[in-house]
Amino acid sequence: MALYLPIAEMSVNIFVLLGMGAAVGFLSGMFGVGGGFLITPLLIFYNIPPAVAVATGANQVVASSVSGVLSHFKRGTVDVKLGSVLLVGGIAGSSVGVWIFALLRDLGQLDLFVSILYVVFLGTVGGLMMAESIRAMARARAGATIGLRRPGQHMWVHKLPFKMRFKASKLYVSVIPVVLLGAMIGMLASIMGVGGGFIMVPAMIYLLKVPTNVVIGTSLFQIIFVAAYTTIVHATANQTVDVVLAMLLMAGSVAGAQYGAKAGQKLRGEQLRALLAALVLLVALRLAYTLFITPDELYTISTDFLL
Amino acid sequence: MRALVAAAAMGVALVSAPPADAQEEPEGPLLAAPIPPERIEIGLSTETIAITSDFAGVGLTIFGAIDNVDPLIQRQGRYDVFVILEGPSSNIVTRRKSRVLGIWMNVESQSFLDVPQSFLVASTRQARDITTSSTLDRLSLGVEEVRLRPGKVSPRGKDDVTEFTEALRRLKENSGLYQEFPSGVRFISQSLFRAQLHLPADVPLGRHTARAYLFRAGTLSAQTTTTLDIRKAGLEYQLFQAAQNQSLLYGIAAVAFALFIGWLGRVLFRRD
Repeated sequence: MALYLPIAEMSVNIFVLLGMGAAVGFLSGMFGVGGGFLITPLLIFYNIPPAVAVATGANQVVASSVSGVLSHFKRGTVDVKLGSVLLVGGIAGSSVGVWIFALLRDLGQLDLFVSILYVVFLGTVGGLMMAESIRAMARARAGATIGLRRPGQHMWVHKLPFKMRFKASKLYVSVIPVVLLGAMIGMLASIMGVGGGFIMVPAMIYLLKVPTNVVIGTSLFQIIFVAAYTTIVHATANQTVDVVLAMLLMAGSVAGAQYGAKAGQKLRGEQLRALLAALVLLVALRLAYTLFITPDELYTISTDFLL
Repeated sequence: MRALVAAAAMGVALVSAPPADAQEEPEGPLLAAPIPPERIEIGLSTETIAITSDFAGVGLTIFGAIDNVDPLIQRQGRYDVFVILEGPSSNIVTRRKSRVLGIWMNVESQSFLDVPQSFLVASTRQARDITTSSTLDRLSLGVEEVRLRPGKVSPRGKDDVTEFTEALRRLKENSGLYQEFPSGVRFISQSLFRAQLHLPADVPLGRHTARAYLFRAGTLSAQTTTTLDIRKAGLEYQLFQAAQNQSLLYGIAAVAFALFIGWLGRVLFRRD
């Protein structure tokens, strides 16, 4: 069944998009990630203009993060104070990101830049996760106990000034790396149309030494605001948020998420991480492929905004 | 597929047109003819076409009539008609990818000014069988003849601009936005004709110009112009308008909606 998207200005198959949302929702439920990093490339593969895919992806991230954060609030695994500091950086980063986004679009390099960012970040994160989960699986087979290194050892990050105490996370760190991390993720979020959880979570664990139990809740908490802000800024600056498209994706992903969560409970942690890593690497490879193979059509046309 | 029918503006005429003496180039409405020259009219029942949510392209029929038909010429089948629907113009950039460090990226670009976003032309037969190529060119009667005026000419020279121009035309053709329908115009009576065009799914919105040209034995004898608005209808239109004009409100609403769906999803599918 065809549906006309008012902002993307194209006809799409309603079932393809619902299925896409459901598949991503299933995976996000299974792995506990927002799924933005999957939605946006999938939309681009489906020929949705990247500008619309990114802005609408951000809108969809709001919905999936809200679902997630509510259960974390119930369990008390959200550090609101840490999330708020991250958010300060996030809003600033997102503003810069949207500005870069508009500039790249006018220069005709947006598609390329978005693809490269995806390849680099998905490739790196996927590779690291894969290596880590394979090591964990090997250790499990050898009978050793599995556990992340506990915080305690001090890095350069912990020698910076402007320290602040975060009770829920049992942390006493400088706000500089926290704000910077927030800003970097905010910028990526607005250019890539992702929540940034797939970078935020490992960065919080390994860089800031935030205890793992509050990481996901806190990350989701601040992602809601960054994604919401990104959506609004994209809507005002670029008019590229397609609510019809967003609605289809949200409907699919909300339904898919619960089945994903059930499926996730049947798999072991490191197997789950290895699977997610494989998926992330697959998306990265697919995007890299389009960067390197000779395109069928060397020319593209777009309306000129600069003249 | 539904067909939109733009109804007829009918004119019937029994008066003979002047004998055809025009085998030469100079065209244009014949001046000071003793017997009234032909006139061509096209009618659109509606001034607007509304695109709704299930829009996937649509056939468009335009009816037209010729006044003062010369029955002899008509019997010999020497009347030919072009009907053109031209979309609103915009400035367009054509970009070309090249390999940079192994990666294909947009490197060169060429801008074009006032390019029609769509160009659909129907005619009674192949355009080159109707009239000379210089006339086709002068009146922009085919996809090859759409004027693509380069903006600032790149330093890479004329040949390169030609390459960009051809690419732009090819891309427009591939997407169905520039299309020829060489037998799209049919006479349904002596003086009435029907032009059938196909609007592609991504037909541009805005004011389209419908032009019709009457050729008498290879010479232009009459022409007419009318306009047609294509816009989004219903909810899609409202949303599009809101996104353009009330963009802040639209963005806030989009976020509020997402928050609601997220909360709803949590309530409906309680996972813990």
